[in-house]
Amino acid sequence: MTTRVITGNEAAAIAAKLARVQVIAAYPITPQSPVVETLSAWVESGELPAEFVTVESEHSALTVCITASTVGARVFTATSANGLAYMNEQVWWAAGARLPIVMCIANRAMAAPWNVLNDQQDSMSERDAGWVQLYCRDNQEILDTTVQAYRIAERLNVPVMVCYDGFLLSHTVMPVDVPSAEQIDAFLPPRTDPLQLVDANDPRNIGPVTLADPRTDADGVARPGYMEFRALHHGALLEALEVIPEVDAEYASAVGRACGGLTWEYQLGDADVGLVAAGSLTTQLTLAVESLRAEGVRVGVLGIRAYRPFPAAELRSRLAGKRLAVVFDKALSYGYEGPIAADLKAALHSAEKPPVVFGCICGLGGRDVSPKDLAGAARRAIADADAGVRERKPDWINVRPEGGAR
Amino acid sequence: MSSDIRHEISQSRPSIGEAGATGDWRNEFPFVVAETCVAVKQGKITCQICWAHCPDACIAQGMPPTIDLTYCKGCGICAEVCPHHAIGMRPEAEHGVCAIEEGDAR
Repeated sequence: MTTRVITGNEAAAIAAKLARVQVIAAYPITPQSPVVETLSAWVESGELPAEFVTVESEHSALTVCITASTVGARVFTATSANGLAYMNEQVWWAAGARLPIVMCIANRAMAAPWNVLNDQQDSMSERDAGWVQLYCRDNQEILDTTVQAYRIAERLNVPVMVCYDGFLLSHTVMPVDVPSAEQIDAFLPPRTDPLQLVDANDPRNIGPVTLADPRTDADGVARPGYMEFRALHHGALLEALEVIPEVDAEYASAVGRACGGLTWEYQLGDADVGLVAAGSLTTQLTLAVESLRAEGVRVGVLGIRAYRPFPAAELRSRLAGKRLAVVFDKALSYGYEGPIAADLKAALHSAEKPPVVFGCICGLGGRDVSPKDLAGAARRAIADADAGVRERKPDWINVRPEGGAR
Repeated sequence: MSSDIRHEISQSRPSIGEAGATGDWRNEFPFVVAETCVAVKQGKITCQICWAHCPDACIAQGMPPTIDLTYCKGCGICAEVCPHHAIGMRPEAEHGVCAIEEGDAR
């Protein structure tokens, strides 16, 4: 273990190297590019004995990862925003084909209009594609989570997106403890037992036309229908609710550091009000909590690490007895509200005396969100709750209704 | 492992009829004019370009090659690639699978 002062992108690249990835395919896009630039330099120098496949698009990048993963390789890619959107078809294929691909997402705002700065609209929009989605709050978590992602992916045969805020983490340096290769080798054995063994003497159609109903194949073997495969896939994502904390605990034994499993909290135990978010925003929220607690307001942070699968039961339990949850989303389901706010409301539906949930939309397209802004939004939400408001439209933090520059 | 969830993907072994009797997908069916086929004219298994190009592997090598209409989807690639124009395509109604004449009110 050595401590290095590195960016989030360097942490992701180091993690891929420690995981001994065998095939990397990626197309450059800001703010992800330094991840694969770093990896390609290591492949070129021989420091990383992997195949680096250059491609003409993100769609092809993920396609290369799909084919390499199908034949049993451990693969890595990374992208952002419109690059992820361009992959979309293969994002679904990777999940449906049950391939343990790990992809880092340096979260960036979606165009149009063009914007290279941070929000989480890109990966949140892939919520339903059947990948595990983990959000990192600092560079240490990027390294640890990317390594853990391989263990999770290979145990469940599902792909994992490791999401971290573009620029705020991807290009910001902070101290990171880098485990030794021996520590990671002990934690993460080489990949074994792919679901698809490709053998020229036993050819297969992989992901063939699969009709609605189960049927007997040409060999007389009963095969599930499309819906049965979807149910199996959903089961694997639900199983991840147990596997993610287990892998985090195994990592803690091997490396001496855990990320918190599905969710993470700060001063939430005695709080009346929970401030909920994913990614680097949760670190900002700890600073908001400091100032609110100084005013005598009992608040705490509830950080979402696993967004898919959604840790509904754990969130219900952590928010039990609170009167208010304020959710800070850096994404929006247009025409409704922030995705985390909507999911949290659904998770709390069956809770006894559930807290009121108010959503806030913030940081879109890199709009700065300071701890002061977050504390202000929390104060407004608390005032609304005190006034008996139960349902409220999202609070757009710092949006200027006149639309102009001051 | 924390549970016994089954991990399985959709896959099949390449074999005849794996996707069902796909011949009923056709709008047009291919027919071979034997006397125009170069294999027939030369009296040996030659050319066979249609066999090599059939994406559904439903053409068997021969003099002339034969097409399995139970599985042929009627894509017309064989007719397109035949260098001697020995393969043509006709509307499925002529083949008799679809007996309804054009304009026939059911």
